[in-house]
Amino acid sequence: MNTTIEATFKGYDIESIRKDFPILNRKVKGYPLVYFDNAATSQKPQSVIDALVHYYSYNNANVHRGIHSLAEEATADFEATRDAVKSFINAQSREEIIYTRGTTESINLVAYTWAKQNLAEGDEVIISGMEHHSNIVPWQIICEQNKARLKVIPVNINGELLMDEFENLLSDRTKLVAVNHVSNAMGTVNPVKTIIQKAHAKGAVVLIDGAQSAMHLDIDVQDLDCDFFAFSSHKLLGPTGMGILYGKKELLQTMPVFAGGGEMIREVTFEKTTYNDLPYKFEAGTPNIADAIALKPAIDYINKIGKENIRRHEDMLLAHATKKLKEIEGLKVIGDNDHKVSVVSFVIEGVHPQDIGVLLDNRGIAVRTGHHCAEPLMNHFCIPGTIRASFALYNTTEEIDLMMEALNRAVKVLR
Amino acid sequence: MMKTIEQTETEIVEDFALFDSWDDKYEYIIDLGKKLPPLPDEFKKDENKVKGCQSTVWLVADYRDGKVFFQAESDAVIVKGLISMLIRVLSGHSPEEILAAKMDFINKIGMTSHLAQTRSNGLLAMVKQMKHYALAYSLRQN
Repeated sequence: MNTTIEATFKGYDIESIRKDFPILNRKVKGYPLVYFDNAATSQKPQSVIDALVHYYSYNNANVHRGIHSLAEEATADFEATRDAVKSFINAQSREEIIYTRGTTESINLVAYTWAKQNLAEGDEVIISGMEHHSNIVPWQIICEQNKARLKVIPVNINGELLMDEFENLLSDRTKLVAVNHVSNAMGTVNPVKTIIQKAHAKGAVVLIDGAQSAMHLDIDVQDLDCDFFAFSSHKLLGPTGMGILYGKKELLQTMPVFAGGGEMIREVTFEKTTYNDLPYKFEAGTPNIADAIALKPAIDYINKIGKENIRRHEDMLLAHATKKLKEIEGLKVIGDNDHKVSVVSFVIEGVHPQDIGVLLDNRGIAVRTGHHCAEPLMNHFCIPGTIRASFALYNTTEEIDLMMEALNRAVKVLR
Repeated sequence: MMKTIEQTETEIVEDFALFDSWDDKYEYIIDLGKKLPPLPDEFKKDENKVKGCQSTVWLVADYRDGKVFFQAESDAVIVKGLISMLIRVLSGHSPEEILAAKMDFINKIGMTSHLAQTRSNGLLAMVKQMKHYALAYSLRQN
């Protein structure tokens, strides 16, 4: 790696940030790792790795139950994350923060509780044409079970939602609108605030899939006024297997439980069980303690660097990459619009994305190729998949230049 | 006299020993891919698909005089190159020989990563499909 990393703007110390991520030191196929698959999962700073090791080597205990010191310490750390998340998304109360395994489970939780209870025959659920499979399949299942209908907001050629069509889809039968904040396949930022306002005007509840936005955009669930907001720890520098469902308290209170077991109960007899208060009502069984604890240092790290700084840096990377990519003959950016974060997805005439992926990997460059779990979107563009480079706070323009060099060579060899 | 499966495997391993970089290995595979004769369109139908996450492979087999002959194509050229090697090794042999083939040349030439389970249309899936054909023909034989 070139040691003279360009100072992107004053106060953004990219060299010191890179030092916080030990994986960036490794080599792949003899080349320094260039990690551009951040939309799939981000790398972890040392503080997150340390928190995991610390928990298991120092205060491993089950939470909420024991009165011994270890259990108290573990519980305090476990619950400290909830407060950090509450501030991170500006929720009104910590009871609105439910721990899950990830975005997918968060969405499924809403599908199997709120939607199952509230969707009647003939009711409608609206999703968009650029959803991840995780925000399609749970609704398909519930709609089928409850005889409700699934409607889809179409996407235009630039990878943007057709908002007029959305308004046409809204009706008195619309009970739920579930859309992503940022498209994982293209990086498009959707006008979720407008979507929420318009949906609320029809009395519908709105779930925002924030898997791709939580790392890059300021999230203020009160300002957005969304009813549910789902996201994953592992895409924001935290551990895998940990996710968050934010829900408005008044909604969460009315919802039936998702899973039964320990922790979520108040009193159990063979005749009847009463349930625990929020948020524990939705957290059955021993939770993912270590990963929940280690999400806090991830959030602390993001807060320390500052989301505005991160976004400025990533915008610079995205602009640089997009400009360079468009110089390649026959290259087409999928989702070519001016309100995107951190993702550039593209196809190259006469070259299969998978071949590019293999050859870039051969140079230590990790990009994602394929349909990005958004097959309906790929079908919309009539392509089997794209090559996706997604950037994070620790990436550099030099890395993009390395990718360009490898890409140009790959195209030459493949054509 | 036709070469045995093992002899062809050894030949490929020897070919690859000449390359000293991954770039060269892949350029060779890409070249093989480009040279693989296209599969006639009539065979490019769903029932011949070895569908995976990323690229599509079409594989057809033909049984003549106790031997199995393969033809295949993919929309990705590296996959095509890999297929071309599999065809070179297995095509024209009896079902029993194909079923007994160890195919360890794949590891020996360093293409192990293409065997990964996650690459569902990787070499593993293709080898499996070719052996399925061989098995089907061997059952028909008996």
